[in-house]
Amino acid sequence: MRQGLIALLIGLLLPLAAWSGVLPQIPEARKGESCVRPTDEMRKNHMKYILHQRDETVHEGYRNPQFSLVECINCHATKDEKGEWVSVKTEKHFCNSCHTYAAVKIDCFQCHADKPEEAYEQARHPVMLRQGLSEDTIRNTLMEARQ
Amino acid sequence: MSCKSCDCNQPAQPERRSFLGGSVSVIASMTILPGLVLHEVKAKPDDQRISDKNRWGILIDTRKCTTECDACVTACHNKHGIETHGRPDKDPQWIRKLKVEDPLTRKVSSFPIMCQHCEHPPCADVCPTGASFRREDGIVLVDRHLCIGCRYCMMACPYKARSFLHEETENPLPHTPRGKGTVESCNMCVYTVDKGGIPACVEACKLEGHQAMIFGDLNDPESEISQALLREGGQQIREDLGLNTGVRYQGIN
Ligand code: HEC
Ligand code: HEC
Ligand code: HEC
Repeated sequence: MRQGLIALLIGLLLPLAAWSGVLPQIPEARKGESCVRPTDEMRKNHMKYILHQRDETVHEGYRNPQFSLVECINCHATKDEKGEWVSVKTEKHFCNSCHTYAAVKIDCFQCHADKPEEAYEQARHPVMLRQGLSEDTIRNTLMEARQ
Repeated sequence: MSCKSCDCNQPAQPERRSFLGGSVSVIASMTILPGLVLHEVKAKPDDQRISDKNRWGILIDTRKCTTECDACVTACHNKHGIETHGRPDKDPQWIRKLKVEDPLTRKVSSFPIMCQHCEHPPCADVCPTGASFRREDGIVLVDRHLCIGCRYCMMACPYKARSFLHEETENPLPHTPRGKGTVESCNMCVYTVDKGGIPACVEACKLEGHQAMIFGDLNDPESEISQALLREGGQQIREDLGLNTGVRYQGIN
């Protein structure tokens, strides 16, 4: 009887908690069908993967996009109602949603971009611009040359 | 030797070895504008690690560099989001132009100077946390995750190539994270180089039509940079220090 009551209470309270914003509101990923590892694994262990990749990238030039922080942001950064990219300073940013809830503080975004690559102007080449070439031509020629 | 610190199943050593042995570095060149040829080293696959098979370097021909031009500086600072805060003595500077005059002949030469990517970097010797280090392929970096901002390396560097970041970065670029309280310097555009591209300064110099800078692999005798060094020679600034720099100069005597 007692257990039944408790179960009922939890059953009632959980949706209520979620509805009223007590549980973290995690923005949905903007891109991709699934995460780079199963979602429950990522929820628990994302920090291990990124921190590990960080050292391999910086010291060994290992550029596998899988656990790259830039790639996390490329898929997980979202826009607000006004169409502006959400800043990591607010809890509306994916990387700050749970962290605010769980009182986790990370310093990564003092240095790292909290917006995806597409949010930054395509690299303009001042020299080529001065030569009167259009930005598209510049981008294409540089891309071609890199292939 | 698979990765132990997490269960990410990253490739074991032997596979990488055989992969390395199998791949040959290919140099492709391509004309993109009249009179302009970009030499590109073929990109390494993203999941391959760097090795001491390569030693990246830059050769600067000061005879082709002009006093008025600062395309290399602008391109570098654009690419890495380096801005002025109106305090020139404290603004970060990854590359700068120098003008030197021979007191006897009054001959003026002009050239850019940046981290010289030493084989024996004094910055790494004095770093108390191991943040300053030299990658196997010769690029000298600050691992900003380890840097505590003590600035010993700035004192140790004979080229004054390093800066301390005094201000918060408003809007860091995705591939150039930078943050207040750490030391930074030329990273030879490490992200771009890992992807098979060339540093922004060298690219700008080529596009500007001066062609005073060559980027390439000093370990590859066939590379453009090695060929030019073989043909015409090149000097290190402060050769007496025996640092074996990756950045070399021509025509500064
Ligand atoms: C003081 C500045 C600074 C801080 C703080 C910082 N980083 Fe970095 N991080 C860098 C720099 C510089 C690089 C090198 C970028 C490159 O070579 O592409 C880097 C590279 C990385 C990389 C590899 C490149 C990529 O995008 O995948 C990862 C992963 C990473 N950092 C994770 C983190 C994490 C996680 C934190 C927080 C715990 C953090 N960083 C905090 C400066 C910083
Ligand atoms: C290809 C796009 C993509 C990339 C890259 C990516 N993710 Fe995901 N991630 C997803 C999707 C899709 C989900 C499923 C949940 C959803 O729809 O929001 C998810 C889920 C997650 C979750 C669980 C969220 C929840 O609702 O509980 C975490 C945590 C997470 N990702 C962290 C990361 C981190 C850290 C990285 C970088 C190492 C990363 N992701 C890279 C697409 C991506
Ligand atoms: C599903 C909720 C959730 C999401 C989404 C999430 N985190 Fe976390 N993160 C956590 C929790 C909870 C911890 C603390 C784990 C612990 O301390 O055991 C944590 C810890 C971390 C840590 C380690 C902090 C430390 O000091 O040890 C890093 C780094 C980190 N997260 C990065 C990120 C990044 C980057 C993103 C966005 C791509 C992100 N997280 C998104 C829940 C989340």
